[in-house]
Amino acid sequence: MSAFTGTGRLARLALRRDRVRLAIWTLGSPLIGYALAESVASIYPEEQNRLGYVEVANSSVVARAFNGPVASSDLGAVVVTETYLTLAVLTALLSTFAVIRHTRQNEETGRAELLGAAAVGRYALLTAALVVVVGANALAGALLAVAFIGAGLPAAGSVAAAAAIVGVGLAFTGVAAVTAQLSVTSRGANALAAAAVGVAFLLRATGDVLGQRSTDGLRLDSAWPTWLSPLGWGTQIRAFGDERWWVLALPAVLLIAGVAAAYALAERRDVGAGLLAARRGPARAAAGLLSPAGLTWRLHRGALIGWAVGVAVLGLAMGLAGHEVDDMIADNPAAAEAIAQLGGGDELVDAFLAAMLGLFALTIGAYVVQALLRVRGDESDGILEPLLATAISRHRWLGTQVVGAVLGALALMLLAGVTTGLGYGLAAGDPVGWTVELTGAALLWLPALLVVAGVVTALFGALPRWSVALSWAVLIAFLLLGQLGAALDLPQAALNLSPYTHVPSVPAVDVTVLPLVLLTAAAAALLAIGLITFRRRDTPT
Amino acid sequence: MSVISIENLVKTFGGVRALDGLDLRVEPGEVHGFLGPNGSGKSTTIRILLGLLRRDSGQVRVLDGDPWRDAVALHRRLAYVPGDVNLWPNLSGGEAIDLFGALRGGLDGRRRDELLRRFDLDPTKKCRTYSKGNRQKVAIVAAFASDVELYVLDEPTSGLDPLMEAVFQEEVRQLTQAGASVLLSSHVLAEVEALCDRVSIIREGRIVESGTLAELRHLARTTVTVETGRPVTGLAELPGVHEVRPVDGRVRLEVEPEHLDTLLAHLVRFEVRALTSTPPTLEELFLRHYGEATDSEQRPAAGGTR
Ligand SMILES: Nc1ncnc2c1ncn2[C@@H]1O[C@H](COP(=O)(O)OP(=O)(O)O)[C@@H](O)[C@H]1O
Ligand SMILES: [Mg+2]
Repeated sequence: MSAFTGTGRLARLALRRDRVRLAIWTLGSPLIGYALAESVASIYPEEQNRLGYVEVANSSVVARAFNGPVASSDLGAVVVTETYLTLAVLTALLSTFAVIRHTRQNEETGRAELLGAAAVGRYALLTAALVVVVGANALAGALLAVAFIGAGLPAAGSVAAAAAIVGVGLAFTGVAAVTAQLSVTSRGANALAAAAVGVAFLLRATGDVLGQRSTDGLRLDSAWPTWLSPLGWGTQIRAFGDERWWVLALPAVLLIAGVAAAYALAERRDVGAGLLAARRGPARAAAGLLSPAGLTWRLHRGALIGWAVGVAVLGLAMGLAGHEVDDMIADNPAAAEAIAQLGGGDELVDAFLAAMLGLFALTIGAYVVQALLRVRGDESDGILEPLLATAISRHRWLGTQVVGAVLGALALMLLAGVTTGLGYGLAAGDPVGWTVELTGAALLWLPALLVVAGVVTALFGALPRWSVALSWAVLIAFLLLGQLGAALDLPQAALNLSPYTHVPSVPAVDVTVLPLVLLTAAAAALLAIGLITFRRRDTPT
Repeated sequence: MSVISIENLVKTFGGVRALDGLDLRVEPGEVHGFLGPNGSGKSTTIRILLGLLRRDSGQVRVLDGDPWRDAVALHRRLAYVPGDVNLWPNLSGGEAIDLFGALRGGLDGRRRDELLRRFDLDPTKKCRTYSKGNRQKVAIVAAFASDVELYVLDEPTSGLDPLMEAVFQEEVRQLTQAGASVLLSSHVLAEVEALCDRVSIIREGRIVESGTLAELRHLARTTVTVETGRPVTGLAELPGVHEVRPVDGRVRLEVEPEHLDTLLAHLVRFEVRALTSTPPTLEELFLRHYGEATDSEQRPAAGGTR
């Protein structure tokens, strides 16, 4: 039996386990690419618009940090600038999570031991994971290239742009192969790999911010930190500009080095063991943990802190970007119209800021859904059962979870208002005034978030087995109604189904109180339904 | 006043009748064995006793309260160990124990430390790194360190090794010496034989046998092997005698306990030289109710599967 025996069978098993995820990944990324290419083409139809775009994008600190350099004033280059980092970060995370799912997670749950006892070689598990993930990257990349070409972009640039994304996926596949060997838990391995993605983002952002701009403003040469980042390499290929194909060698080298290191580590360790010891916890609980509220805080604080960091960084960036809105779209009526449609009102900056707060409210809706659905996760994992067998009533338990999720959303929304206001105020010269104004505006979104919490709670109480899928479906429906509803000319009755439709988008328009009261009442009714139905039902797994 | 009394309990899941007119009584101070193979309805019964599931019909009283309506008040007075323990992966074992104790209304710190030592459990490990047996120990320590009137244990030892099983049995005896009552669901016959004052055997959602071990033995046949000077005749005509077989010069037969007397009176006429009589083991009792067809389900090995 060789060290690779069984790889084919394990790869088929991984494909079967992940068939839905892989389908979403390989089809989703080209679909996003195609849709964004179409929408960029409609916003920047003329070379003239795009020259303005390139000039602003290569000079604005915010644009440099979040988008990287623009390779040229070709339509394709603008499309790449607008899509690259989203797709690259998504691909990086999907690749790392998939590698770890099929390696460390199998070991952690003991499945690997079962498999290892069957006719399966020492390297088979890792090799099967790599085959599947590299294959998925290649397929998604090929479809992405086809999507760009289908959207009317030149073939060479389309292939280079897709290859840049594939390169990112392969580079982080190599990283994840190593972290899966280091940590004993899949959570730890995922965290290490995700941290690597974060570091790569920061390195690239730093390098791009510090880069040298040519005198005509049309070219930005990134500084050296960008070259240390797999996310930076993708921008250095300069798709739709003067393509530098040799840069693709960098991710290939990282993949090979990572895989070689992973095989070497796998050779030296036992199944189930890692190179980093599992962290220990306290032998006794701190007093603060010993209540439903204390437990809730403990279970959510990690995610909440992560969200807070993300919201704060985005808020500051959006605020600072707000000051550049006028310059960026001064001679671009299509973009101005898009923003006005999202935000409403006459003042472009106010519309922009209001639209940003609305987007924050939608995103933070995802926090509410994720935090509250934890009750369902605990129920189906059997964690809820011994808990409800203690002297904690069902109402108290679910109520604590709802309050925890809503307080978390309140904190995040406040943070979004404060940082956006501060960012814009600093640039515009009135930090205190703008912070106060946008913080107030941000709080107006809370009733909509309460409705989201109410929907999840009601679904959890009434339809526990369906609550996870339905909750996300409802949030996505709200998102689509808000973002596309007006563009698609949907009737107002349909738009009214989303609570986000009813929140006045201050500062673009004036405050109206009645809709906020009605939203809160609807939320209260939904919460009551959830609490009552949960009290009356079994606790199915 | 019984600690637990169930009459004619019915619970269905969709079309499946998991409990079909179940009766069960647990008296104060006793360890009551709740015996049955996988899928017979033990966990369903226990979940109803804890107010986690709603009954379809029947009477259920726990500590003189209604388990659904009075759940919170009752849960202060009882402790539960589930068959398949799952815990918050990022809490340490010690934190989980303290949390369960606190949510139940308090925990004896000295007892907790003693139990941790006796069960040889490291409380600083994160729950995600515990094996099934160790997760079960967390639940056992959390329950046994609580000073309550009733302990509800659902196959609590299915992941423990024999050494820990012995510790578990000693600790259960200590609980009852302190006056507590225990409902112990199990399919480990040796454990039930060692611990239980009374036993109820459940099959397909009904109790098919209930009583002290002595009473149950009484219901089953005793195996008698006898060696006589002259060939024994007329056995088949005796009341309550079954399965008569010659075994190399001796005769083996089964006899119902109440007819033992008649049998002995009959045998002495044939010059008895040796005689052994074996009372039925719990295993035989059990098999009598389940037959060979379901044999594979009764092996006390696999433990809970989900
Ligand atoms: N939540 C549920 N949904 C559907 N069927 C269930 C559920 N819980 C238990 N059952 C069924 O009820 C029967 C009894 O199960 P259970 O009480 O878990 O048995 P035991 O604990 O004795 O192994 C089984 O047939 C099982 O499949
Ligand atoms: Mg069970």
